[in-house]
Amino acid sequence: MNASTYSYQFKPEKVRAEFFRLLPISFFVVAFGAAFGLAAVQKGLEPLQAILMSFTVFAGASQFAAVDMWGSEVSLIPLIAVVFAINSRHLLMGASLYPMLRDMPPGRRYGLLLFLTDANWAVSAQEYQSGKRNLEVILGGGLVLWLAWIFGTWLGVYFGGLLQNPKSLGLDMVLGCFLLSMALGGNKTPRTLVAWTIAAASSLAAWKWLPPNTHVVVGALAGGAIGFFWLEKKPTDTGQAVAEDGGSS
Amino acid sequence: MTIETTTAGILALIAVMTVVTIATRFGGVFLMSFVTINPRIESFINTMASSVLIAIIVPMAFSGDAGSVAALLVTAVIMLATRKPLPAIAAGIAAAGLVRFAGFTVL
Repeated sequence: MNASTYSYQFKPEKVRAEFFRLLPISFFVVAFGAAFGLAAVQKGLEPLQAILMSFTVFAGASQFAAVDMWGSEVSLIPLIAVVFAINSRHLLMGASLYPMLRDMPPGRRYGLLLFLTDANWAVSAQEYQSGKRNLEVILGGGLVLWLAWIFGTWLGVYFGGLLQNPKSLGLDMVLGCFLLSMALGGNKTPRTLVAWTIAAASSLAAWKWLPPNTHVVVGALAGGAIGFFWLEKKPTDTGQAVAEDGGSS
Repeated sequence: MTIETTTAGILALIAVMTVVTIATRFGGVFLMSFVTINPRIESFINTMASSVLIAIIVPMAFSGDAGSVAALLVTAVIMLATRKPLPAIAAGIAAAGLVRFAGFTVL
């Protein structure tokens, strides 16, 4: 055991709690999955192929974009570019968890990352801001979101007609509202507000003028630059403080 | 270069998408393992993390219909007032549904 080198205490019982914590949001993910399943079969995928895609890719927005490009043949480079661009936010999301993930053996670290998606990341990142280290939500929350996504796809490919218009029920806004509530629940220092303003402005500019799907990364990096140049003492960060207090003060 | 959407072709496309997506899930952490975390990097990471959320949401609001804007506004107000995510999200979704039911089509 490498308990001394890798200090993160991963609690299995907490994984179960986090699974149930993200269960409510997963019901909505089922609806999205159903919408994807329906779109996929309409574009000519076999039901099992659509389910397989949800099983292995597990990244909704990029899957919608991919089946949008479907035809009798698919151009490989544009497909790769679109999937990469839409999912490139994972690069930043993963990086933001690194201060916790590095306290974990590499096998577990990358195993957890297979379940990384917007909602469970948002919970973990937000709790980290207030000094709590929660990687259990990546596994527990990721698992329930993944199962919901697969189950939803299954529903959509076989019973897609039942869900005529998820938009009319506001279901397309679930993830947006969830992410917004996570953002507003975190610490709001003047520095954060400046970073958010910069992030909002640059993501809008990128959305208007840069190639499609680059706006998240552009906005996030611009906001991060504020943090890079404007340091602020963060007394909340207890876990890190033990190891790094000497250097930071 | 194109791939035909035969059964084998589709499986190959799904495999490609899987590899690309896993690369994005692993890539950020892999690159960070070469970076020494000092207070400046830590500060970058923390600000960048909440900026990811903003960079997803703001263009979503600007590109969406009146229903999406209503959903985000209501969620923001209730979240700031109560600090409880679930009621805020539920009210936001209900707002989108209501606005769309009422048939506002501003954009």
